[in-house]
Amino acid sequence: MITTTHYMVLSAGLFTLGLLGVMTRRNIIIILMSIELMLNAVNINFIAFSYQLQNPIGQVFAVFVIVVAAAEAAVGLGIILAFYRNKETINIDEMSLMRW
Amino acid sequence: MVDAVAFYVLAALILGFGALVITAKSTVHSVLFLVADFLCVAALYVTLQAQFLAVIQVMVYAGGIVVLYLFVVMLVNLKRPPEVHSDPRRLGRLGVVMSVAVLVELVAIFALGWSKPEVTGGGGLSPKNVEQLGRLLYQDYLIPFEVASVLLLVAMIGAIVLAKREL
Repeated sequence: MITTTHYMVLSAGLFTLGLLGVMTRRNIIIILMSIELMLNAVNINFIAFSYQLQNPIGQVFAVFVIVVAAAEAAVGLGIILAFYRNKETINIDEMSLMRW
Repeated sequence: MVDAVAFYVLAALILGFGALVITAKSTVHSVLFLVADFLCVAALYVTLQAQFLAVIQVMVYAGGIVVLYLFVVMLVNLKRPPEVHSDPRRLGRLGVVMSVAVLVELVAIFALGWSKPEVTGGGGLSPKNVEQLGRLLYQDYLIPFEVASVLLLVAMIGAIVLAKREL
């Protein structure tokens, strides 16, 4: 029997993988992809609760999460392109201009 | 029984592809594993009676966002791999420890501290998933829906402005 807790543990695992990617990788494109993984983990939680409570509102919120993810990907990749044009790098360790 | 097998297979695929996304050497391979991961998540949505969301997942994520990523990977022509230069002040180990701490914390909350909420007035998930979601989006959630459309417009204009060489 698969309960909501199973889905929540799966979502926690996927979220942690995304977090690990953000924390350890230096390629900014892979960091953005890790953020997409984390948003997907959130969506799995929404859908699992929508199923458990038999309430479609969770799916509506998942649609909004997808909208925000699409906007974030478009603007984030635009920023990466603009940065790459100026600095010729996508390594976040070299993006330290405003670092204290 | 079938549910359990489907869940465990999909969960293993999702976590496995997720691990490959963040460990793959080449960025293009990483993007391709991301497509596979999104498709598995879409299959998981089907098992949870969210058919419309599954279709949206395939079209928007696997079809749209990933193509955007592939284009950017091709546009940033990497003469040297991005992982070469490493900041000596970087705390990579600490990141791993923090991630594992978050995982332990989340699983502990989900497994121990979460009580099952009462089922209240949802009205049930009908097999007519698209119709149900459409009614909700255009009746109860009309204003958030319109705000989301404005957000997408702003993001589109912003991406064009950012990516254009000179206006």
